[in-house]
This record gives sequence, C-alpha cells and structure tokens, in this order.
Amino acid sequence: MPPTDTSHPDYFHRVVDCQWACPAHTDVPEYIRLIAQGRFTDAYMVNRESNVFPGILGRVCDRPCEPACRRGRVEDKPVAICRLKRVAADHKDEFHDQLPPVPREKNGKRIACIGAGPVSLTVANDLLPLGYQVTIFEQFGEPGGLMRTNIPSFRLPQAVLDEEIGAIVGMGAELKLNHPVKSLRELLGRGGFDAVFVGSGAPKGKELKLPGREEGAANIHIGIDWLESVAFGHLKAIGREVLIIGVGNTAMDCCRTSLRLGAAHVKVMARKPRQFFKASAWELDDAEEENVEIIVNRSPKQFVIEHGKLKGMLFDVMEYDIDARGRITAERVAGEEFLPADDVILAIGQENAFPWIERDLGIEFDKWSVPKVDATTFQSTRPEVFFGGDAAFGPKNIIWAVEHGHQAAISIHRHCQGVAVTERLAPGVNLQSRKMGMHEWSYKNDYNPVERRLMPHVSLKERFKKLNIEVELGFTAEQAAAEVQRCLNCDIQTVFEAKLCIECDACIDICPTDCLTITADGDEADLRTRLRAPATNLEQALYVSAPLKQTGRVMVKDEDLCVHCGLCAERCPTAAWDMQKSYVAWPHAKDQPAKCQPSLPKIA
Amino acid sequence: MTFIPKPKVRHPSLPRNALGLTRRDYEGVLSTLCAGCGHDSITAALTEAIWGLSLEPQNIAKLSGIGCSSKTTAYFVGGAHGFNSVHGRMPAIAMGANAANRKLSYIGVSGDGDTLSIGLGQFCHAIRRNLNMLYVIENNGVYGLTKGQFSASADVGTKAKKGEQNQQPPIDPVLLAMSLGASFVARSFSGDKQQLVPLIQAGLSHRGFALIDVLSPCVTFNDHEGSTKSYAYTREHYEPVVNADFVPFEREIVADYAAGESLPVMMHDGSRVLLRKFAHDYDPTDRVAASAFIQERQKQGEYLTGLLYIDESQPEFHDVNGTPDEPLNSLPFAALSPGSQGLRKILSRYR
Repeated sequence: MPPTDTSHPDYFHRVVDCQWACPAHTDVPEYIRLIAQGRFTDAYMVNRESNVFPGILGRVCDRPCEPACRRGRVEDKPVAICRLKRVAADHKDEFHDQLPPVPREKNGKRIACIGAGPVSLTVANDLLPLGYQVTIFEQFGEPGGLMRTNIPSFRLPQAVLDEEIGAIVGMGAELKLNHPVKSLRELLGRGGFDAVFVGSGAPKGKELKLPGREEGAANIHIGIDWLESVAFGHLKAIGREVLIIGVGNTAMDCCRTSLRLGAAHVKVMARKPRQFFKASAWELDDAEEENVEIIVNRSPKQFVIEHGKLKGMLFDVMEYDIDARGRITAERVAGEEFLPADDVILAIGQENAFPWIERDLGIEFDKWSVPKVDATTFQSTRPEVFFGGDAAFGPKNIIWAVEHGHQAAISIHRHCQGVAVTERLAPGVNLQSRKMGMHEWSYKNDYNPVERRLMPHVSLKERFKKLNIEVELGFTAEQAAAEVQRCLNCDIQTVFEAKLCIECDACIDICPTDCLTITADGDEADLRTRLRAPATNLEQALYVSAPLKQTGRVMVKDEDLCVHCGLCAERCPTAAWDMQKSYVAWPHAKDQPAKCQPSLPKIA
Repeated sequence: MTFIPKPKVRHPSLPRNALGLTRRDYEGVLSTLCAGCGHDSITAALTEAIWGLSLEPQNIAKLSGIGCSSKTTAYFVGGAHGFNSVHGRMPAIAMGANAANRKLSYIGVSGDGDTLSIGLGQFCHAIRRNLNMLYVIENNGVYGLTKGQFSASADVGTKAKKGEQNQQPPIDPVLLAMSLGASFVARSFSGDKQQLVPLIQAGLSHRGFALIDVLSPCVTFNDHEGSTKSYAYTREHYEPVVNADFVPFEREIVADYAAGESLPVMMHDGSRVLLRKFAHDYDPTDRVAASAFIQERQKQGEYLTGLLYIDESQPEFHDVNGTPDEPLNSLPFAALSPGSQGLRKILSRYR
C-alpha cells in the first residue's frame, strides 16, 4: 500500500471524527479543552467561529458529531459534545468585544437576505465584517426563522435566541421585520442590491389528504404552523385527547407542546416500527419521559367526523416483514383501529415553497418546483441570486443551514468582487507538536474511564406549570468537569516519521488499544487481516508509513480506536512518533485570497 | 519510561483465550525501563505467549535476580506469584520453590550480568539438574543499571558508548548450556516476536530446563554505531536456523509442511513443537553437530536463532529425585513429618 499521504488536508481532519461529521467543522476537541481549563468565553468563540450559534445549537443541534465520536466506539456512549457546547454558552462572559470588527466605512456592496433564519444570519455574520451592507427581510415580527417558530421555548428559551441573533444584528445588519417578500421580481427590480440570498426555509408542512380532512379542519393542524401559532401566543389551548401523526423531531415538539397546553393524553402514531423512526433518540426519550405514548405500526386511514366535529381517527394496523439487514421486505394490513381524538396534529414532513419567485427571472426550477442550486457555491442559475439552508435542498437542520450560510457568503463575496465563485480556497491542515518535555504534553493525555454524564431535568411536576420552563437544566460544574475528561483529544494526532524508527516495538507494546503493527507491506485488504487487533471498521483509515530503515517493513496504525493517549510517543526512544495538534483550516469568507478582499478602511 | 500507566481501556474485539481472558488481563504494572528497551518487548512477548497458553495466573511463579532484566517480572501477569531474589541467586530460589511445588509454571527472567557474571555458578547447576523451568536471559551486553559497562556477554571488539573497545572474550550462554547438557536451548531477538512467542510457549511446555537467550538491545547504552548488540547490528547478523511453531494440545496439525523440512516434537503436556529448518544440514536434536554448527557460524559473526537444541527425553529434577507428584503444601501432615519414631529410625541409620 502506498504510504499514507498525510499532507492531504482531509487525512488528519477525518481522524477528528466529530469535526469531520460536523457540517460546519467545529473544532470540538479544542473547545472541550478550553472548557476543561475554565476558559468558557474562549470555548464559546471557538464554537462561534464555525457554528455561529453555540447557545442555540448547544440545546437543539441534531448532533451529527455524537454518533461519530470515537469514544462511542471505544466504550459505548459518545462524549456529550452538544451538552458541553451549552456549558460554554451558559458560562461565557462578555464576548461582544471579541466579535470580528466591522468597518465603519462600507465597501459599497449591498446584499439582501430573505428570511431571518440561521442561514441568512450566518451570511450576515460572515459578510458584515468585510464591509458589506446586509438587509434581512423577515415576514414575522421577530427574527430567528424556524428556530423561533418551530422549536418550543421549553427546549430553546427566547433569551438565548435573542442574545445570539442580537450579536449578529448588532454588527450592523439591517433587519426589516414584518416585511414578507411577496415578489422576487419586485425586489430585484427595486435595484440597489448586488446579490440576493434566499434563506426562506422550508415553511410548508405536508398535508395528509384523507377522508374527513376538510370537515374536521378546525381540529386538524399542520405541525409546524401549529407550533408557530403557539410560539407567537396566538394559540393557548388544545383538546384533552391529542393524536400526533408522524414520528420525527417536529412530532416530538408537537406532543410535548400539547402537554403544556392542557392535553391529558397524547399519542404519537407511527406507521413503522421503532427502528425506522426519524426522531433523534434523545428527543424520543424526552417525550416518553413526559408519558407521551408512542404507538407503532398504525397507518392513518380516515378522520372520523361526527356531527361535523372531529371524533378521532381510524388507522390500519400494519404488519411488516423485516430481513436480516433490517429492511422491510413486505407489508400488509392486519386490522383496523379507532382512536378517539379532540385534536390531530400532522407532523409528517415539510417542504420548501417559492410562490413568491416568478418563474421567468432566469432562476431555473426542476420538475418538483425546487430551484436548481449548485451544491458547492449555492448559486442559482441567475448569478446574483443564491440559496441556502432548507430553501436550497429541503429540510435539514440548523447546523447544516449554518454551513450553507458560510459557503454562500464565500460565493457572494467572490461574486461581488468579480472573481469566479468556483475558485474557492481549499481547506488546509496545520500541525503543531504538543511535546513540552521528556514525557510532558500540552494536553491531558491520561485516559479517564468516567462514564457519560446525564442531563438533569426540571421535575415532571414543575415543568408543565408554564409553557416556557426550560426542561434541561444544563450540566452542573461537577458534571462538566467530568464530561470534558471523556474527550479523547482526537485532534492531537499521532504523527509518524518513518526514517527515525528503529523498530524496537515499544509503541506496539504500550498501545492500550492495539492500534499499531509493524508488518510486511501489502494491499489494504490484506494488511487489515494482519494487524494486532481486528481492523474491521472500513470507514476508518489505516495510516501506513514508508518502508522502515532496518527491515523494510511498514508501520501500520488503525485509526479506528486510537485513544490519543500519546503513549506511543512517550515510549518512542527516537521521537519517531509525535503528538501534534491538527488545526483544520476550513475557509470562510474572511479567509478568501487577498485579491478578492475589498480594501478595507482602517477601523477608527 | 512513561509517567502514566497504560490505561485499562482496550480494543473491544480483542481475542479471548480458553479462560475467557484477553492479553490485556496478563499485563503487570507500569514499566520503569527506558523507552525503547528490548526488555519491554520481551515482556510483551511473555504476556502474549502466556495468554496464548491459557495459563492461570495463580499457577505461575515469576522469579528474578537483580538488574534491568530482573525488574521485568513485575511487568507481566500481575496475578502470578513472584520472587525477586539476591543478585544471581534466582536459580536457587527457583530450585527451592520447584522442589516444594512442581505444579506451578516457573518463569525465571535474568540478564547477562545476573546470569553470566555473579550468577554463573547457579545458572550452571540449574541446567545440570534439568530444573523444570523457563529461563529467559535478556541479553544486551552491558550493565545498564550501572551506566553501561561491558558485561560478560559483550563481544570482542564491540564499542561502548564513549568509544572504548571490549577486549575480553564473551561467555555465550547458548554454547555453555549445550556443553552442560541442557535439554532445551534457544536464541531469539526482542525485535522478532513472531519467533519469540512460540519459543516461549514451547519452553513453558518443555519438561526440564528451557533456556532462551534473547538478544535485547539496550537503547540507552548499547544502541550505537560500533555496538554488536544494537537493533541495527542484530537485525543484520541474526540468522533464524530453526523455526519452532508451537501447536497446543487441543489443536490438530492441519498445516502441511514439506516432508523433511519439518520435524514434530511431542512435548510432555501433549502439545507439539514443529521445527522448521532453514538450514538443511542443521539438526536440532544432535547436540554435538548443533554445537559445532553454532560455533562455526559464530566465527563468521552470525547469531543463529531459533530452537537450537531440544531433547524431550532427558529426566528432569523430580524424576531423578523421586519426589512426590503433589505439592508439599497439599500433602497430609503425616506424610510430611516422619514423627519422632520415624526420626529415630532415620537417625539410627547414621549411628
């Protein structure tokens, strides 16, 4: 196998599983170490650099980092990365002085953002420091988009939203509230904008067209619209018996909100068995803790109406054949069941919708009425119009929207400076040794066997008293101090210098997880069978050295279960192994080459 | 050395032996030897070999004398019995323990100083008695603990770290053991676990004195240019002559070895050692011819390695002395103590 090319920026980036899995490439281990040192504001700023909304995401992120976390493979539970993000946000001090400075004199370019959700706010966050004037049009009276309208305040308090959105608006974004854009033609025709960014989300909840839908309309609600009405205080009550159709994260928010508006019995109805649920495991847990009943294998058939009023719903009872690989091979109806309901909430998905974009503006749409958007540049077929977030590729989640915002900001910046949007700065990786002395490293390398801490909750008695009592209390100081020690510091890379190795086997003998082998070279499939411990996780790379000096064999490291304890480097008599911190440079708009930087006036 | 112990965390799919233990369960305490010491590799090989044999830790006795090498018994099988004796006196302790309890597996770990200088006499007599034990010499040619003086195994002409050359001829433990009538003589290299692990397993299964002389470079005082016991020099000059594949009792031999190339040796515990010869004219069962061959190659500056000599038929210490099968501590008091009448009878023989 050819020696691993560690100069490729992706190699060491992939080793940091959480950072690689994070759409915004948050430097997770770095901020966890800062929390361990009590540097909460610095930890917050490391987060903010990539994910912009640490306080919000520390509560409601979809956490793609956690299933990826190496600790979850070494033991069984990943580091509580998301909870630690909240620790940084909860304990930070004043941070506004650390925000990037915004020049007083602008560069003359004006950008319109449609929708004040996370993606538009990220675009504004990236472009304002470069001297752009950004105007955000928002249909509602408050900014935040789905973060405000669809995430209940018992999960995400208003104050957290206000603070983090305020930081961006405070950089000088012009926020036009209660300004729905009714016509893109009108906006473009008005002139004055050098680029338009569409971050209008996926605001249309899916409909369930079954008999009785129209007669029962008064008590049948579309989940996201219903949550929005609750968020703005238009709706303050719901019936005693509530059925939620669908079992995604919106369904979880609907059922828990129902309980707070007076529902006595809430059932979440799922078409398929539990393993096919779309909701995150922790959201299911939180709902079930509140005695929400989740009923599987029920397919909605009919809304039952009596005397013009909704009485309940009729379901088909489903049976499935599931093969060894967990796929459904056959399904059949085994019976019928009626469940009474005062209200039914539909939470079966949402879509983007653009009734306000005229189809003759040079913006191409595909046959499903979805705009054609470049997956890298987020540019539409009309060069000055960009899309991002749910508006671009359908519903995802906040952290994806943030990354779309970063990428779209790069494109808008390049477009406005007249350089090709496609010639973007490539990501890079810098390495810096963590060696301090003979056996001293500037990180805590001892493996701590402590188990994952559990998030404390407000008691079941207390939490329903008001709609906006935040259920999760946040980690205590002791919990945070323990949880940070679970991070394996995967960004402190094991870096090998083949020409220094004397093949003494010291690293192999000391490696606690048997990651290392010196063996004759071979192709990857063959090498994987000849290592000290099974290397069956094909997602994880083998780090193969150049031939060693004395025997011509190669050093092979299976990256899969390395706990980054640095013992290989401590034991190495010739410093062939070293522990080096990898800094993944994931370019943002401010990092683009100087030729497309506007000449910024000095800050007064 | 390192300052943090090897963490208890392990690879979740490490193989388990017949006792359900992983090799991590056979480790000992944190090594305080220099980083890169050959001895640590030998420790790892011992751990691996003992795990592979599914020995129960409480049925193992580890014995050592003084020196870097003799510290290493603390670094493997934490649950075993252990005795760290006076310098060079490990064979006497092993003798006594073995006489009292023949059921344990005895593993002696010693160095070139502990064996070939201060303990040479003890070493010779343990061989002569064919004491049932595995005797590992961690041989690096220098006195590491006292800052790198030449030991009795240093080759003529080898250079010390500061440049002076050794003038005195070495004592070769392999040739010495052959001449003393040893029943199992092997040589290996700390940097070749593929060879060393099965040798250790064969040595532990051998009934009688099993010597393995392991070349184990001293990374601090003897791993420089001009040394004949550095990693680089050893790799250039070591020549595997007989490969020993250890086959545990339970496993059938299925691999087909070319006839004449492999020689199965049945061990007393029912396991087998398959000898694969790399040199056609080498016979590891002919003491005289083997000795001559080793000396011949040594003149050319080559270290022959592998299982150099084996004789499973030689009676061991307990056979010769007719001692009881069971450990003394399990014998009834009446059998152990002759009583005053018995004592009188014995004494009367000398009147």
